[in-house]
Amino acid sequence: MPQIITGKQAAMMLRDNDRIMVSGFLVSGCPEYLMECIVATDVKNLHLVGISTDYDDRGVGKLITAEKVKSLQVSHIGTNKTTQALYKSGKLDIEFVPQGILMERIRAAGAGLGGIFSPVGVGTDVAEGKETLEENGRKFILERPIRARVSFIKAKTADKLGNLVYSKMSRNSNPVMAMGSEITIVEVDEIVETGEIDPEKVVTPGIFVDYIVRKGE
Amino acid sequence: MEKQNKRDMICRRIASELKDGDYCNLGIGLPTGVADHIPSDMRVYFQSENGILGAGPRPESGMEDPDLINAGGGPITAIPGASYFDSFWSFSMIRGGHVDMTVLGALQVDQEGSIANWMIPGKLVPGIGGAMDLVSGARQVVAAMEHTDKYGKSKILKKCNLPLTGHRVLTMIVTDMAAIKVTDEGLVLVDVAEGFTVEDVIKATDADLIIPDTVGLFN
Repeated sequence: MPQIITGKQAAMMLRDNDRIMVSGFLVSGCPEYLMECIVATDVKNLHLVGISTDYDDRGVGKLITAEKVKSLQVSHIGTNKTTQALYKSGKLDIEFVPQGILMERIRAAGAGLGGIFSPVGVGTDVAEGKETLEENGRKFILERPIRARVSFIKAKTADKLGNLVYSKMSRNSNPVMAMGSEITIVEVDEIVETGEIDPEKVVTPGIFVDYIVRKGE
Repeated sequence: MEKQNKRDMICRRIASELKDGDYCNLGIGLPTGVADHIPSDMRVYFQSENGILGAGPRPESGMEDPDLINAGGGPITAIPGASYFDSFWSFSMIRGGHVDMTVLGALQVDQEGSIANWMIPGKLVPGIGGAMDLVSGARQVVAAMEHTDKYGKSKILKKCNLPLTGHRVLTMIVTDMAAIKVTDEGLVLVDVAEGFTVEDVIKATDADLIIPDTVGLFN
């Protein structure tokens, strides 16, 4: 059963050189309060996994701007000027991963798989050096799992068992990142009593959640 | 022709390829305009890879919701019957061949049907985003682009020299000069934009074009 903790306690779990995942798509679905809590710590040299780096002053971009990150596995950095500048000057190491394949690689880690065979990027730089498979006349490449030590995710509502419900399109990378790390910490707008969320409406089952932080606490 | 008119013409031509009930994903930039040219007696369901099927137009000012955005971060609405889903579901739809058409902008395309749109080494590195998944899985993959760059050089090449987004994935290319189908035999010139001749298009195109007996017109 998950523990309810403060944002500060959540941020203090991080160590230098940790691998982390942060959910969200252009801020929607990003645990922004937890980002502020991490920025307030001394932690450094993080390896970050995420769909994008959002904006310079919003979302997970706050970690980049605060120079907390040394390397990235990400699909898009086009909305964040700091990320682009750091990358061009060689201060940030980036592996670009196609967005859907980023999700599949995280899911593979969370679902106990050794990787997936993907048709995405066959014939492009993404395929370089990767094992291949022919299936039904089509070529696929082996994509290995992406895992981290801590996932920081965002939901609208959690019950005390960690069952999660999201707001509209903020769901994006949250359910899959909830599976991909040893520890999952969710920031929520509200915590309700166990049983208050209709089981039919639960999107992420509580088994994937270790800690719950109420936004602002 | 003014830039906006050109863009409208390209988008209108692409919209004419859609059928009632189709599911379609529009890339950011120029392709977004396709949604404005769907005939009123037709319903096309727009998918956005960040998690919606049934994306509607921009809301009225003051009604924006930070959790209802398109892939470029701009505010959208949800039409009746829309659904929300996570990124894993979203890209399963895309890669699994369930989306009828995707429309993407392009830096370069070539006569093998390859497309480059994610980076210019040393200059522009926005990243791959969802583009590589989209071109690998959508049933129709359409490039919406200007025919030539700002120096007047063809963006439709014999072979792309920028890093590829997809190798042999395009089904169609629509520009301000031409509508071109990508076939196993090569690029077939289907329509020429009003104001241009077939000769103009051939002259402005680096790639080899197959010219059928009849070439249509679009505007």
